[in-house]
Amino acid sequence: MSKLLSMTEAIRRYVPDGASVALGLALEPCIPFAAGHEIIRQGRRDLTLIGPISDILFDQLIGAGCVAKIQAAWVGNVSEGLGHCYRRATEQALPRPIVTEDHSNFTIGLALRAASLGAPYIPTRSLLGSDLPRKNPTFLQAPSPFDGSPLLLVPALQPDVTILHVQRSDEDGNAHLWGSLGICQEAMLAARRVIIVAEEIVSREVIISDPNRVIGPSYKVCAVVHEPWGAHPSAVQGYYDRDHQFYHEYHTRTRTPEGFQQWLDEWVLGLKTRQAYVAKLGETRCRSLGVKEHRYAAPVDYGY
Amino acid sequence: MDYTPRELMVVCAARQIRDGERVFVGMRLPLLAFALAKRTHAPNCIGIFETGLIRDTPARELLYTMGDAPNICGALWATSTINVIGLMAAGEIELGFIGGAEIDRYGNLNTSLIGDWQQPRVRLPGSGGGADIASLAQRLAIIMPHERHRLRERVDFVTSPGYGYPDEHGPAGVAWRQRVGLPRGGPAVLITTLAVFTFDPSSGEALLQSYHPGSSIEQVQEQTGWPLRLAPDCAETAPPTPEELRLIRECDPHGVWTS
Repeated sequence: MSKLLSMTEAIRRYVPDGASVALGLALEPCIPFAAGHEIIRQGRRDLTLIGPISDILFDQLIGAGCVAKIQAAWVGNVSEGLGHCYRRATEQALPRPIVTEDHSNFTIGLALRAASLGAPYIPTRSLLGSDLPRKNPTFLQAPSPFDGSPLLLVPALQPDVTILHVQRSDEDGNAHLWGSLGICQEAMLAARRVIIVAEEIVSREVIISDPNRVIGPSYKVCAVVHEPWGAHPSAVQGYYDRDHQFYHEYHTRTRTPEGFQQWLDEWVLGLKTRQAYVAKLGETRCRSLGVKEHRYAAPVDYGY
Repeated sequence: MDYTPRELMVVCAARQIRDGERVFVGMRLPLLAFALAKRTHAPNCIGIFETGLIRDTPARELLYTMGDAPNICGALWATSTINVIGLMAAGEIELGFIGGAEIDRYGNLNTSLIGDWQQPRVRLPGSGGGADIASLAQRLAIIMPHERHRLRERVDFVTSPGYGYPDEHGPAGVAWRQRVGLPRGGPAVLITTLAVFTFDPSSGEALLQSYHPGSSIEQVQEQTGWPLRLAPDCAETAPPTPEELRLIRECDPHGVWTS
């Protein structure tokens, strides 16, 4: 059954106001910027964002006023440093106050893993002695029932919707993702629903020729969006590398609320579709980020 | 030979890596330190990256982030974040690198906020994997700029635990880590733009191990928010060799991370 939808329709149907949304789950690569920009254009409000190290997409959603709460390990601009919108929201409640429940990369992964297993929590010794458990009231500390040693209990976290950017998918949401995976799989398995955004739509035969590369069960997928360059300026292995300059420009231009608004008008609100965004990027820039030298994996034999 | 403070920091960081070790590589300067160590004294070290990567060769190009495409090519394993931090939780990673905005004399690091934790004056990005590396690696190496407001008597917020604080139950140091339940580890070294500190595991206190060429004990004290304790063999930091500088500049020809 085809689940192909336009980005507009996928976000309209499956990311309502107040939803908890996991995205940016591979850490620096494969960040679903196109989906985030559509969330901004549709004016979603009161979202909870869930992620590990989250690069500037979280900053943009916060600056656009879409976000009420953050459950993440890090919010900023990975190659540049601080996120200006995140700072304005947390320090001055601009454009609105947000609540933050701080995690580490490990604990946010464990929280999603716990949900994916139907477990109420997963214990760890990470973060013992840190002030993070004080700042995140969802954590509990308790002695191990086996030997009495101190443990941090990380409660299960189930996103309403997980948005994953992948290299390729079939129309049913059977999706191949390769490269470093971050916490993509945990977030897919934990979520109530999953939106797949793919560089390419391929046939079911291409996907099932290599089932080990599939990120999770397609029955969880509610929508498949075909959006080439949908993760720019982050990298998608085999398609394009990270556009470091874009992050630098964002960092420089968003120091003030006015600067952010101009950036947002130029790159998000003023562009109705991803095609318009790619056209604005221009062929030269896209070519400079694209693959210069293909490095194909050796085929594997599933024969018997 | 001329070199920048950050080039010397990369050299100091690389020198912390012993041959054959499994190293959890952090953002920015540690990316270069791993590449330098591989090409000099530690050809058999293995790099682990929190995006979910393990490699035994440096990437072919300069990395802005560990998730950049050149870091995936030639990896030994591309997997999940939980799998690689899980290795560290299981005690299998000898050395971890992190940076910080603030540190105190006991090696506790703050990357979360400045001011009151309920109403911060400045909100910093947060832990990332930093708190995990500080909690779980066998040894911790910390890299940060040396400024008086960053090296404080006590940090506003402990994101990544070092050696804690003395309290009614006992001293800071390894004993504190055991009290709170951390399984191992603690800061081994703090590398700054002015100096290198080691730590006394029994008291948890930072010891000035060396001051960089052009700096002095007095200048380090001036820029440090606690009264310095000197390591018995405190001396000037050994400068980079021409070969080390050549390799760093080969990795970062435009000085993106080292200028």
